[in-house]
Formats: sequence, C-alpha cells, structure tokens
Amino acid sequence: MTAEFAVELQDVVKRFITPEGNALNAVDHVTMQIKNGEFFSMLGSSGCGKTTSLRMIAGFEWPTEGEVYIEGKAMGHTPPFQRKVNTVFQSYALFQHLTVFQNIAFGLEMEGAQKDEIEKRVKHVLEMVQLTGMERRKPKQLSGGQQQRIAVARALVKVPDVLLLDEPLGALDLKLRKDMQLELKALQQQLGITFVYVTHDQEEAMTMSDRIAVMSKGKVQQMGTPVEIYERPANRFVADFIGDSNFFEGRIKSLSKNEAVVFIPDLKAEVTGIPVSQGLVTGEEITVSIRPEKVLISEKPMNQNTFRGRVTNTVYIGTDTHVYVDLMGKRVKVFEQNRISRLDPGSFYTVGQDVTLVMMPENVLVLKKE
Amino acid sequence: MLKRLRENKSAQGTLLASPTMLWMIGLLIIPLLLTLVVSFGQRSPDGDVIYSFSLDNYIRLFGYSTDCDNGQASCFDPLYLQILWRSLTLAFNTTVFVILLAYPLAYFIARAHPLRRNTFLFLVLIPLWTNFVIRVYAWMMLLRTQGVINLMLGWLAGLFNIPFTPLEMLYTPGAVLVGMVYEFLPFMILPIYTSLEKIDNSLYEAAADLGANGLKTFARVTLPLSMPGVVAGTILVFIPVMGTFIVSDILGGRQVILVGNLIQRQFLDARDPTFGSAASLILMILTLIVTYFYTRKFGFGEEIVVA
Repeated sequence: MTAEFAVELQDVVKRFITPEGNALNAVDHVTMQIKNGEFFSMLGSSGCGKTTSLRMIAGFEWPTEGEVYIEGKAMGHTPPFQRKVNTVFQSYALFQHLTVFQNIAFGLEMEGAQKDEIEKRVKHVLEMVQLTGMERRKPKQLSGGQQQRIAVARALVKVPDVLLLDEPLGALDLKLRKDMQLELKALQQQLGITFVYVTHDQEEAMTMSDRIAVMSKGKVQQMGTPVEIYERPANRFVADFIGDSNFFEGRIKSLSKNEAVVFIPDLKAEVTGIPVSQGLVTGEEITVSIRPEKVLISEKPMNQNTFRGRVTNTVYIGTDTHVYVDLMGKRVKVFEQNRISRLDPGSFYTVGQDVTLVMMPENVLVLKKE
Repeated sequence: MLKRLRENKSAQGTLLASPTMLWMIGLLIIPLLLTLVVSFGQRSPDGDVIYSFSLDNYIRLFGYSTDCDNGQASCFDPLYLQILWRSLTLAFNTTVFVILLAYPLAYFIARAHPLRRNTFLFLVLIPLWTNFVIRVYAWMMLLRTQGVINLMLGWLAGLFNIPFTPLEMLYTPGAVLVGMVYEFLPFMILPIYTSLEKIDNSLYEAAADLGANGLKTFARVTLPLSMPGVVAGTILVFIPVMGTFIVSDILGGRQVILVGNLIQRQFLDARDPTFGSAASLILMILTLIVTYFYTRKFGFGEEIVVA
C-alpha cells in the first residue's frame, strides 16, 4: 500500500466491434484516480461504460488504449488470477457444486494456503458477514441476501487491495438492499479496503460512496463527493441524472466579480445575484437549473426572483408533496416536505390556486452549454 | 364427462401416459416375460421350443459344456464367458474413448460464438442422417487390406522407397472399437455440450478472479459442473454398445464376437431361441448391474434436465 492511488485509469479506451461491424467506444478516454481506502462508485445507466471499466480493473477485459494501474503497477495484459483485486459479481457467480465453505475456501486453496489457515480465515470472514453455521449448505439452499453475503465473503477472504463490486445488490428487494448498503459501507470502513462499486442506483451511490464518478456514453461526466455532485453538478446531464432539476434556457445579462444576472426568455424575467465561478462571458447562452426542493412557495408576492404561477397538479408521496406549477407555460416542479401531519385536503395546495415561487439566487445553478 | 376430466388432475395424467404405457406393456414387458419363459425351455431336435423349467441354458452360458475334446461327458468351456467379458471391456473402452474425443469438441462448441454453435451442432448431427449400416460399411472401405488407408500408406511408402505390406486392420478388435467410437460419438457430444453450455461465463471469471489459472479452473469448476453431461452420455453410449451386433458383425467378422452377435446367431443361424433368450437376459442383467453401480456413484445426470 505504498502507491498513492489504489487504482488508476489513464486515458483508457475500450473499443468493441458491434455485430453490424461498427466500432464503438464502450469506454471513451476515461481517466480516474481511486485513492487507497476509498469507497468509490461508478454511477450511470446501462451502457455508460461503468461495468466495462470495472472489468478492465479486474482483468476480464484489456484496454484498447490507455493503461490501468493497480497500486501503482501498470497492469497491461496481466490475467485476473495475478491481480490483487477481487470481484463480487452481479449474479454472485457462486459455485453451485461446492458448499459455502468450499466456495469461500476456493481462493485460499488457489494461493496454496494450509488447511488450518483456510479454516481459520473462512470462519473469520463468515463471522464478518454474519453467516456462521452455514458452512455445509449449498448456495442454492440460501436466500438471495445470504448468497450475496457469501459472494462478498468469498472475495474478502483473499484480503484484496481492492474489492470490485458489480451491482451486487441489484437482485435484492428494496428493504434488504438498504440494509446491505449500510452493512457494506460499515464493512469497508472497518477493513479499510478500497471498494470500487458499480451501480445505476444514484441513491445507493450517494449512501455509500466517498466519491462518485458519474458516467455516460463511455465518458466520465463528473467526479466528486456525493455533495459536490448533487449541489454543484458539472453539466446538465449530471443535474438531470442525479436527483430532479428544473431547467430554463437563459442568457447572461451582466456579470460582476462572482455574481451574475441571468435573463430567462421563457419567463420574461431575470434572476439576479447568482453565484458563479466558471469562465462565463456576458451574453453567453446558458442553462439555469434549480432543484425542486429548493424552489420555495410563498403566499405573498416578494420583490426579487419571484414568479407568479398557477398550480396544475399535486402528487402526495408521503414524505413530500410534489406540486407542479405553471409559470408562463413552463412547468416547474416543486417538492414540499410534509412537515406537519394533516388529513384535510384543503390544507394542501390545490389545482388552480395562484402561488408565488421564490428561487433564491444561491440555489440557482448556471450550467454551460455543451 | 369432459368436465369431470378437466377437474381430475390424476386422471389427466393417466390419460396422457396411457398410449406409452400400452406400447411398453405390449412391446416390452410381455416380450420380456416371454423371453424369460423361453430361456428356461429346451430346444427340440428340429429347432422348436420345448417349454419346461430347465437351467441348462444358463449352465451352458457359464461354462458347462458337453462337447469336450478329451472324450469326457462334460468339461469347462469359457467360450461364452469370454464373449461376455469381451463385450463388457469393449463397451467400457468405447465409452472411455468416446468421452476423450467428445469432451474437447463439446467444450469447443460450447465456448464458440453463439451464432456458430448451431452450425457446429448441425455438423455433429449430419452423420446421423446416413443409415447406421452404411456408415459402418464405409469404415470397411477404409480399413480393409485394399482399402483407402492401406492405399494411401502404400503410396507414401512408395514415395520413400520403403517396402510396404498392407496392414491387417479389418476384422480386428481395434476395427470394432474404431467403428463403435465413431457410431456413438454424437450421443456423448450432445449431453456434454448441453451441460457445458449451461455454465455461466461469470463462473469462469469468478474462478480466475479467485486465483485459478486455466487448468485449475477446468479441474475445479468446468469438469465438476459438466459431469452430469458426461454421466448422461455414458449411459447413452455404454448400454447400446453392450448389445449392438452390427458393428462387430461388419468390422469384426468371425474374429470379434460379442454378446449381440451370439444372441443374433442363436435366433437366426443356430435356431436355438432358448439359449438366445438366456443370453439376452444375462446381457440385460449384466448391463443393469454395471449401470446400477455407475449411477449410484454418479447419479443419472439428472441435473442436466433440472438445473
């Protein structure tokens, strides 16, 4: 553990030939550095290149261009069985002909570990995943959640430098998935092993990760902590993919040192005092975004950054009420937290009601056009 | 009536199974019982069956002979035991060779690109379109003294000025083995392919991930998971080879006589159905015993259906 980064991808390209004979960059010039002891997630929808990136770290695929480094060493065409990384597969890939004990012992036997050493380590790792006493069962006799833990135990027993997890919770139901998320996170913190986690579930990535790489079309769209990615999305794709956003097309009307005034033609109005940092120029066409929970509904009109609209729909979803407001023909989503328990329909916003929306400038983001 | 049938699941089952049941009773169980009865009978001088309860046929099969060289009334003649043993070892050898040839090919097909797999399977099945006997005769053309192989070898020897006497390949145990292996190869390839094809690619990756190289992955993952196919194939090959007589008849001639040939000759040439019946039953019992011990150790390869 001397290298600065546990895993490093340097300008990695993975090119596949489609059945139609076209070249496709499943991973398109990806560079990322994953720190030692970090819980790192690759997040994106299917086909974004996250799984291919993971498989290149594991050694199941080799990059067409670029290089993968593990603990500072260039991997080249090193086969999987010579890499100090282990994988938890989406399908678990447990050996059905072997018992739980034999499954977990498999990797240790390949290392040539002694029998009593194997027994000790298997026992220890089974305790870790809370499945003591299951040694003699066959994987088929276990529940999905238990099989998942065995898959984790089988990989962890090897004490890898990096543990790779490919959507390991995808097959579990919601409740179990949430429990396992916290458990995996606790396990990672306790062991201090670098976890590289692939998922399409943004909430899952947010819950567990120290840092997230949001990927789309083979490229990394943004890399950062969950807070950075949610609060300061780098572009419209990230703002749209992570959570919900309201978007407006706009133009920079004026710029001061670190504040901007943006004119939004759709609303025939301007938003003032937006904090900006990027190199923007006056007159530039930009996209403005604001999170639905950051739009405030006010009964009385206010002076600045307020907009009059009419409620077109409300959806009660338990924790929140989603209020859809028509703002000069543009639909704006507003999430209102249900802080007070109530049943009376009259106490909610009703369809047709006139409301004032407040967009505080510090909640408004200016996104450059691609 | 129909309504009652619709509600009665077990009656539905009986109805569906009954055509096969009747077929099996009429054409398997009853003939088998007849064979049993006949096997205890005796042959009349003009070749008819005299029904009795005599164990003579079985005693004769196990070596008791009244046709002795040294003028004694009776002596031990292992002729039929040798035939049984020859059949057994030949069936065993055939199965082993078939496994050794079929496994790599099945593995190759299972690991081929999905679009090509069907083409390969098709190629495996093509020989089955040709008549069994014709295929065995083709081997005769290849193996005989003036056959294709000897002609080729002679031509090669001529090129290098080496004296060449044609090899005696036809009518040897080797010829019968080659013919058997050839005939039964597809019946081993298909079940092994089916079980190999079911192994998810992620299992190979998991083995590699856990530190197993190609050889260890094969020994610890591929082979155990494909055993159901090997077992099913073994049953499909071993049992028919035990009983077949065409291959040994054509490629073995008078030299390689198997139980199948013995039975055939008793019924057709020697006109002694009682002895033929006894031999048939002994063959069946022998096959059952071997299959019983084999399946008790390895199962029936049922996972191939269930999994």
